[in-house]
Amino acid sequence: MSSLDSAKYPVEFEVNGEKQTIRVRAADILLYTLRDNLGLTGSKSGCDNGDCGACTILVEGFPIKSCLMLTVEVDGKQMTTIEGLRNSPVQNAFVKNQAFQCGYCTPGFIVNCEGLRNKLPHADKETIRVWLESNICRCTSYEEIRNAVKDVFSLEK
Amino acid sequence: MIPFDFEYYKPTSVQLAVKWFHFLQKKGKNPLYFAGGTEIITWARQNSIHPGAVVDLKSIPECNAMEMRNDKLIIGACVTLSALSAANSFPLLSETAQGIADQTARNQITLGGNICGNIYYRESVLPLLLANSRIVIAGMNGIREASIRDIFLRHLRLGNGEFLVKTITDRSYLSLPFVHYKKRQIGNVGYPLVTVAAFKKDSQIHTAYSGVCSFPFRSAQIDRELNDSSIPLSDRIVQAIDYLPAPLLNNAEGSAPYRKFVLKQTMADAVHTLESR
Ligand SMILES: Cc1cc2nc3c(=O)[nH]c(=O)nc-3n(C[C@H](O)[C@H](O)[C@H](O)COP(=O)(O)OP(=O)(O)OC[C@H]3O[C@@H](n4cnc5c(N)ncnc54)[C@H](O)[C@@H]3O)c2cc1C
Ligand code: FES
Ligand code: FES
Repeated sequence: MSSLDSAKYPVEFEVNGEKQTIRVRAADILLYTLRDNLGLTGSKSGCDNGDCGACTILVEGFPIKSCLMLTVEVDGKQMTTIEGLRNSPVQNAFVKNQAFQCGYCTPGFIVNCEGLRNKLPHADKETIRVWLESNICRCTSYEEIRNAVKDVFSLEK
Repeated sequence: MIPFDFEYYKPTSVQLAVKWFHFLQKKGKNPLYFAGGTEIITWARQNSIHPGAVVDLKSIPECNAMEMRNDKLIIGACVTLSALSAANSFPLLSETAQGIADQTARNQITLGGNICGNIYYRESVLPLLLANSRIVIAGMNGIREASIRDIFLRHLRLGNGEFLVKTITDRSYLSLPFVHYKKRQIGNVGYPLVTVAAFKKDSQIHTAYSGVCSFPFRSAQIDRELNDSSIPLSDRIVQAIDYLPAPLLNNAEGSAPYRKFVLKQTMADAVHTLESR
């Protein structure tokens, strides 16, 4: 069988362009491996339940809620977290539009928007609306977030 | 954090998956098949399930298929809801899948995991029930095929150690006139108060429901009442509701009387729209 009976599984992946090999429990959740084992604390825990989107990262370019993924599932995969999007056009648009208040939800929104930009660079307003529904902002910065995303997709505000 | 350990296996063939599952069962590991993992992780974190091992189906090629072959649409059990919506080969299924959870979660939730899950709603089964889809199931005795209508009775009746490999839908069902209504308590994301999926075939309206009872269903008696054009639609609906297969769901999403009110309205919208097509 291609796995081990022992408690720790070796997992190899690339995160923000850097190769990592670590050993984890099969039951370890990706969000906490990123935060606690790799020090990538930009991805946040808001609900641990798939509801809020604060933990969103890109796996093979797709936005994924890292609170709902096991670390063993990303063996051999490429990931991008908010730390990998420093000075990206999406981050700059969020800064320019002041699209945050407390900022807790911001990594998730930026990562999701980056995923949309990669997968559907000509997304229309309806597609943007559907994708952004995956993230919640308790400070209700929605208007500014929408404006930032429209900037990214060069859409009229 | 998941407060206990389990083992993780990732077979690359249907046969290995079944074999390993049985082996783990014999060892007393209480294994679970694992697809998107969204329900298993949530429930394990809450300490309400305790698998000693999970068998991840996502590396099995047959479970990832999505193709048209001999006028049949084949969708593997591990195809994600976002992938099947994007392909849009079966528009009613795409629209139903688009109503489940949110776009990011749909990148993880699989068709098979949604159908075989334990939550009440399991909405993606509705179009398959309507289309009399066939399903391919793997077990220790090999592969078998069955009509989903015969074996989805409140839940998918799988034998010990069996798993859903793929669904097969006849092309003739893919482009029928359809409606899909999902009514929630609030907003565009979340579990349904009432979901109705329906299409029209040979002048007859066929309907299927989620959120109404504690399981998704379709009912020949309900369809018969709704198609009885000799009486006004409002009377048909009153009679149809007599045939609900179980008590109306009564939970945090909505009380039973409120669900009944929403169901009546949604049935009226569905029948009215499809009658005019
Ligand atoms: C935020 C959020 C909102 C949601 N809203 C809705 C909603 O409105 N409506 C709705 O219907 N769903 C909704 N869901 C989805 C639902 O709650 C489940 O999480 C999902 O359907 C499980 O799919 P999965 O692929 O992740 O399955 P998993 O978690 O991998 O598995 C679920 C169960 O199915 C079994 N299983 C999986 N695949 C197979 C197979 N091929 N053969 C046999 N058994 C199998 C597993 O053993 C397990 O018991 C929502 C989920 C989230 C996170
Ligand atoms: S912490 Fe993952 S969705 Fe909320
Ligand atoms: S800025 Fe505070 S939660 Fe969004």
